[in-house]
Amino acid sequence: MAVVNKKGLLFVLILLAIIFPLIVPNQYYIHILTLAFIWTIAVYGLNLLSGYTGYLSLAHAGFFAIGAYSLGLLTVKVELNYWLAFMLSPIITCIIGVMIGLIALRTKEHFFAIYTLCVGYIIYLIIDKWDSLTGGVRGLIGIPAPADIGFISLSTPLSQYYFVFIILLLVIFTVYRIVHSLTGRSFTAIRNSEPLAQSLGISPMRNKLTSFVLSTFYAGLAGALYASFIRFIGPEIAYTTITFDLLTYMIVGGIGTLSGPLIGTLLIVWLSQNLQFLQDYRMLIFGPLLTLIIIFAPGGISGTFLQWRARRKEKQRINMTTMKKQA
Amino acid sequence: MYFETRELSKEFGGLTAVKEVDFAIEKGKINAIIGPNGAGKSTFFNLITGLHRPSSGEVFFKDQEISHLSSNKIAELGIARTFQTTNLFERATVFDNVIVGHRLRTKTNLLDAILRTKRCKQEEEQCKEKAWEVLQATGLTHVATKIVTNISQEEKKRVAIALALATDPEVLFLDEPTAGINPDETNGLAGLITELAQMGITICLIEHKMKMIMQMADKIMVLNYGEKIAEGAPEEINKNEEVIRAYLGGEASA
Repeated sequence: MAVVNKKGLLFVLILLAIIFPLIVPNQYYIHILTLAFIWTIAVYGLNLLSGYTGYLSLAHAGFFAIGAYSLGLLTVKVELNYWLAFMLSPIITCIIGVMIGLIALRTKEHFFAIYTLCVGYIIYLIIDKWDSLTGGVRGLIGIPAPADIGFISLSTPLSQYYFVFIILLLVIFTVYRIVHSLTGRSFTAIRNSEPLAQSLGISPMRNKLTSFVLSTFYAGLAGALYASFIRFIGPEIAYTTITFDLLTYMIVGGIGTLSGPLIGTLLIVWLSQNLQFLQDYRMLIFGPLLTLIIIFAPGGISGTFLQWRARRKEKQRINMTTMKKQA
Repeated sequence: MYFETRELSKEFGGLTAVKEVDFAIEKGKINAIIGPNGAGKSTFFNLITGLHRPSSGEVFFKDQEISHLSSNKIAELGIARTFQTTNLFERATVFDNVIVGHRLRTKTNLLDAILRTKRCKQEEEQCKEKAWEVLQATGLTHVATKIVTNISQEEKKRVAIALALATDPEVLFLDEPTAGINPDETNGLAGLITELAQMGITICLIEHKMKMIMQMADKIMVLNYGEKIAEGAPEEINKNEEVIRAYLGGEASA
């Protein structure tokens, strides 16, 4: 029953996303939603590492930027075929991810968070200062939109919306598979207690590194999409504020849940758009909101809902058994 | 020798937590380590199971030197352990918690998981069967679908043992399996431990409850200030002068 409902809900959501541009043929909204989808992909990566494995990485915007700059540089400066560049970008991000992960994962908890915060900032500085390669503060312009696949053109906002949406579905699908697999269970075991996981024969370093590199892969993928969608990138995409934006999306939606990144990102992006008139005073709303969530509902929207449902189910079962006993 | 330590020592800075301990664990028996608080029992466990590196000395398991191995490698050899604090995933069900225990006997990798290959499905099934098997062995089938937060302390201790059993161990190290549990439940757990030994699993446990340990253990080692002060059958330990002095002179509560 529950499975049917879940599948039904998923179907409705996908359908809604498909027909959205047809109901709301507003270029601006389509643009915002496409961008939200791109952020969501990055948040899924962050969630895999921070939510499921328990290692809060604050270098995520850095990896996002590495993905974006890889695509930008490969297409603009190397003039590589678009799709080749598109595939190489997340891979380059992963390679840098392995190197950073090997060192960063020697630390734990807040030390890991602080270390990765520094790594993220260093990535930002490198992009900002390495003028000859990245164009420095001027950024990179003239990044091509996704090249046509056969007769399908990907240069219109609408086609890009669908393209990003399909990638997002693939991301959610792979994350779903990973999280529900034995690999995913190993990640969760590490999050609960590393000594316990290790005493059960789970190699912490191997699993943590896998999770870390996977998270950089998704960040790099999101970055590559961002670069070819916005077609202009500057060093600010690597800046810490982006990391904290992603973190906010994840925490509001629900850290360590499958639907959290999607819910959180869409909600906050939508709220930001509607509160645009407040300019930076928006943060006066987001700040307390985030604090309240962390204090009263650390599971975020999705986590709180799941917990509530689990509790209700258990209550029902207890009632059933007592009723049986009475009968 | 089945399992032994030779002059095992551990120093933390200037403090010697474990000092030149020789200990042999007898196969198929219930071996116990007792001693006053701070005697180095848990540290000794951590050394054996690879959580800490010894400062000097060696650990042998079936004639293989294991003190340089990491704890996940040691687990693969068939040595499992529990911790004083249970550290379970409180928000998940008991069954879900135990599944990961058999992970070390599987080979599925990330690619298998994403493509959901035949091996992935088979091994997942294998882990679930194992989980069910160990829940039966530990008498937990009635709480299998419950969320861990909602089960009793004694049941949590059993889940921790079930998790260790899921790794298919030959030797099982239990760090205070009955800490913080009432007398009735303690008897239940003691029964379970005896059953496990009868199933052929070698047990080594740390305990504070002397009455229980005297009844169930086949062999006891007493630690005091990191040093072994006695080793032998419960009757011998009971009569040992030095043990009596350590307990009565140190902590009468033991």
